[in-house]
Amino acid sequence: MSTLSHIVHTVAQQAGEAAETTGLNADEAKAVAGAGGAGMAYGLAAIGPGIGIGYLVGQAVQAMARQPESAGQVQTTMFLGIAFTEALALIGFVVFILLKFV
Amino acid sequence: MFAAVEFPPIENIVEWPTWFGSGALAFNKIAFMGFIAFILPVLLFLIASSKYKTRLVPKGIQNVVESSVDFVEKQIILPTIGPDGMGYLPLLLSMFLFIFIGNLFEIIPTAHMPANARMANPLVLALITYVVFIGAGLKHNGPKYFVSALFPPGVPKALYVLVTPIELISTFLVRPFSLAVRLFANMLAGHILLITFSVLTISLVGGGILAIISPFSFGMLVAFTGFEFMVAFLQAYIFTLLTGVYIGGAIHPAH
Repeated sequence: MSTLSHIVHTVAQQAGEAAETTGLNADEAKAVAGAGGAGMAYGLAAIGPGIGIGYLVGQAVQAMARQPESAGQVQTTMFLGIAFTEALALIGFVVFILLKFV
Repeated sequence: MFAAVEFPPIENIVEWPTWFGSGALAFNKIAFMGFIAFILPVLLFLIASSKYKTRLVPKGIQNVVESSVDFVEKQIILPTIGPDGMGYLPLLLSMFLFIFIGNLFEIIPTAHMPANARMANPLVLALITYVVFIGAGLKHNGPKYFVSALFPPGVPKALYVLVTPIELISTFLVRPFSLAVRLFANMLAGHILLITFSVLTISLVGGGILAIISPFSFGMLVAFTGFEFMVAFLQAYIFTLLTGVYIGGAIHPAH
């Protein structure tokens, strides 16, 4: 939690410094902070689902290799799991779009 | 050096000029693609069914149509709802074809924009799913559906303080949202990916000595176009599969 507030604080501080040193107005400083926050939001959001999908598909491949006759059922369940895991990364992507462009 | 072509602003990527009409009824490229995605399957099925009477062995278009029905039946309905879910075949099949054809416009030249990369399309589809799975639960289980959905059996009584709010939020609030966002964000991300490599290729060609590496960028563009074809199919499959899972969960509670 303290790490998160530290990041938010750092981004805000950077925006303030950028505004002071370069003489940007408030909107431009906000765009700078938004771009930095957007990259960080997507990067952080991609870590967990990346590990999760890798583990999920690896286990599914193992299951299919051990029991080829249940491959169809395992595949359906694997796609379901991927869909649920991937949603987290995609919400991170939406946050990226909102911070960067809106 | 890279000043030849700049990355276009987001408005130029996803917003299209209105052809006619205004306000909520404005007709543009996205609406046109939506109409094609709706008319094309209807035409294909009409042609296939007109030949069904005289020719029982499928051929040509009839083959395509019959294999799509078979796919939805065997890969989506049987694993998720079970044999008693065949009544939902028309809904799931038309949902699958509408999403798949809408997604395919992402890689069709001159269109190059997935119809589902605007939030309106996935949101309406997700709301249809929402209404259908609650309706299916009410039809098969009556008002007891809400009881079994909010108070899952086999949980110690004291834990309902924790479980019921979580079930309420995850089943009745987050489901349509996550369903819509999954399709929308996947298609928008693919669209932006393709634009990035197109812009990179063009600016490398006009970048002096850097033009040597532009074939690699172009190769990535071609490879990602193939990848996006797979994503278009996979997202249509996952959306329909999740609809099936939600309907199946509503019909057979406490699985």
